[in-house]
Amino acid sequence: MSSVRVLVGTRKGAFVLTSDGKREDWAVSGPHFPGWEIYHVKGSPADPDRLFASQCSGWFGQVIQRSDDGGQTWSPVGSEFSYDGPAGTHQWYDGTPHPWEFARVWHLEPSPGDPDTVYAGVEDAGLFRSTDGGLHWQELPGLRGHKTGPSWQPGAGGMCLHTIILDASSPGRMFTAVSAAGAFRSDDAGDTWRPVNQGLHSEGIPDPHAEVGHCVHRLAMHPARPSVLYMQKHWDVMRSDDSGDSWREVSGNLPTDFGFPIDVHAHEPDTVYVVPITSDSQHFPPGGKLRVYRSRTGGDDWEPLTQGLPQQHCYVNVLRDAMAVDSLDSCGVYFGTTGGQVYASADAGDTWAPIVRDLPAVLSVEVQTLP
Amino acid sequence: MIRVVLPAHLRTLAQIHGEVTLDVAGPVTQRSVLDALEASYPVLRGTIRDRDNGRRRAMVRFFACQEDLSHEAPDDPLPQEVTSGAEPYLIVGAMAGG
Repeated sequence: MSSVRVLVGTRKGAFVLTSDGKREDWAVSGPHFPGWEIYHVKGSPADPDRLFASQCSGWFGQVIQRSDDGGQTWSPVGSEFSYDGPAGTHQWYDGTPHPWEFARVWHLEPSPGDPDTVYAGVEDAGLFRSTDGGLHWQELPGLRGHKTGPSWQPGAGGMCLHTIILDASSPGRMFTAVSAAGAFRSDDAGDTWRPVNQGLHSEGIPDPHAEVGHCVHRLAMHPARPSVLYMQKHWDVMRSDDSGDSWREVSGNLPTDFGFPIDVHAHEPDTVYVVPITSDSQHFPPGGKLRVYRSRTGGDDWEPLTQGLPQQHCYVNVLRDAMAVDSLDSCGVYFGTTGGQVYASADAGDTWAPIVRDLPAVLSVEVQTLP
Repeated sequence: MIRVVLPAHLRTLAQIHGEVTLDVAGPVTQRSVLDALEASYPVLRGTIRDRDNGRRRAMVRFFACQEDLSHEAPDDPLPQEVTSGAEPYLIVGAMAGG
């Protein structure tokens, strides 16, 4: 019988939640790396027992951990992230040039086909790759070296490369997103990049339609329809039908189009999930009601999903990397909150129940569907 | 023999139980002790000092003999009590938040 393994990164450690295919009863393992911030944990599609974790601390910096037994044991691997060549500068908050400085790894994206290859999105925004299971990391400097790089500015949370999407159907095609620079696409395995932000409209920047400078919070793609991308931007939920060449807004009837995560149903490329958040200055759900919104039409038309979610006095946030789906039938949907709850739905969002209620603030949630 | 005490998080990371003892060739300075520590435990590289410029990470402190050595020059000799092994060299996570 199939099973699922939910990988949770929190402010104070990592947790591994496992269940059989019914997704009713859960075993909780952790905290792993207690006391450390775990920005992201993700498994290799090519070897599901191989997991990578980004472990960091304001005191002691960055560590990358790897497990080869599904999270039971871990070993530190390489944690040297040196930018390729001269560091260069980006814009600081006050508009002055500021040297690129490595701070932490936000996101780890293992290769779909090679368990030894994994990509890392870092702050200050850069893309790194390891081809030896995380022992050594090399920057793919074409992204940070894009001609617009010196104009990139950090968002409030730092200038992070938080989204990496590898298009397995089109070798060499990758997408990344940077706050607050925007979305980027490579068609040559990361050597060269171009901004793909046409159609975005951001009131908070001098030119609302600028080529870069947009605070993209998250991108999502269904692997069976890779030309369609969804985006949760600082404000606005967006959709592209041409691999990012152009975007249109699909916020439709959402109560607010601010938010962080966005994800796509495992079997229905037109079914999309977001978690509306009140505003950029009020990072909690509107009215204290935690609601996932689902569109079955690829955007524009959204329905609130409330059953099992708190509908009063709820003032948590759901961060950009804290939502994931499994590939069971029916599709399971998971998200974690800054209040330490991890909610699961085994019926594509119709009903929800907490797996755990009292973890540290959740930074990331990933799911592995295991045979 | 130089004795080094690490903060709990770094002991866990490096799988160290108790104090570390190090043989340090040449002058015993903060730099030579940390070089020897990192040579013995490569996983600690970057966790105490910046990998590129060798500077102490902002929220790590160095103590010995009831003195804060964090702002001393890295090539200054360490106190004789540390050199002799009578006193440990303490690497401390700064008190800050949590």
